[in-house]
Amino acid sequence: MLSEFSLIALFILIVMGFATTLVLIPQALKKIGIVPSKPSEVKYEPYECGLETIGETWVQFKIRYYFYALLLITLDITVIFLYPWAVELKNLGSSSLGVIFSFIGILAVGYIYAWRKGALEWK
Amino acid sequence: MEIRTDSTSLDIDRHEGNLIKELRSSSTKPVTEPSGWLSEDLKRNIFLTTVDNVLNWGRKSSLWTETAFTACCTFEFISLSSSRFDIARFGMEVLRSSPRHADLIITAGTLTWKMAPQIKRVYEQMAEPKWVIAMGACGITGGIFADSYSVVPGYNRILPIDVYIPGCPPRPEALLAGIELLRKKVEKRSFLQG
Repeated sequence: MLSEFSLIALFILIVMGFATTLVLIPQALKKIGIVPSKPSEVKYEPYECGLETIGETWVQFKIRYYFYALLLITLDITVIFLYPWAVELKNLGSSSLGVIFSFIGILAVGYIYAWRKGALEWK
Repeated sequence: MEIRTDSTSLDIDRHEGNLIKELRSSSTKPVTEPSGWLSEDLKRNIFLTTVDNVLNWGRKSSLWTETAFTACCTFEFISLSSSRFDIARFGMEVLRSSPRHADLIITAGTLTWKMAPQIKRVYEQMAEPKWVIAMGACGITGGIFADSYSVVPGYNRILPIDVYIPGCPPRPEALLAGIELLRKKVEKRSFLQG
């Protein structure tokens, strides 16, 4: 039974080997001197469209963005399901209308809950 | 002077002004393109043709362009990168927004001294080996704005230019010819010169 998964283990090994090789090739070529290496102070500074960074580069983003991203995903899923439904509306008949409205209804409950909880307000 | 988050906008402006003044006074003469690697002596004495050929083939077939376009010549470049002129055949269709991924910078348009430090910084942050194409009259000499107090008279004041393409603006065909020239130049490179 377990031996059936041996191919997956092999696959994981190959993937890991492949990834490591890809990382090591440029390093090895740099050691030999084939890849030119001209390090400088400016080169290793963070890239900010050619400007100097003001303050810290590593800043923490507001957790609020996460709520918005999550709500956007639900909206995206609604669109993804609505589109094929709209294209095939003629063949599916009027009964599909009830199905899709109940689907939107389920999502709407989630939205209204988020709205009432104040997830859409920027604080 | 150090710029911090609590610096006033006046401080930041003054800092920027100083940077520009410094760059301007230090770049009164054109930067010479290091052409030592084009000499034939080394090539005649050491044979590494296959390694060089493979490396140069890889480099010239994937010249990724940095999107550092300053003015109107850009539209000729956009035209070049779209389907009619199609630089995808050179493997150049990938326009990178980060200098870490790019190895070619096409100086499309007039460069002002205000923008010069940024362009120089972007060039310095690009990975080796890197090439520069000066595109259009403004890129070469400053064009009709050459006498202006605010315009850099030619990108070669701050960057080492590999290929110059004249025109105001150069047609996409001219740009293609310039890219062909650059590819020929890349072919001549040997990894011994670093």
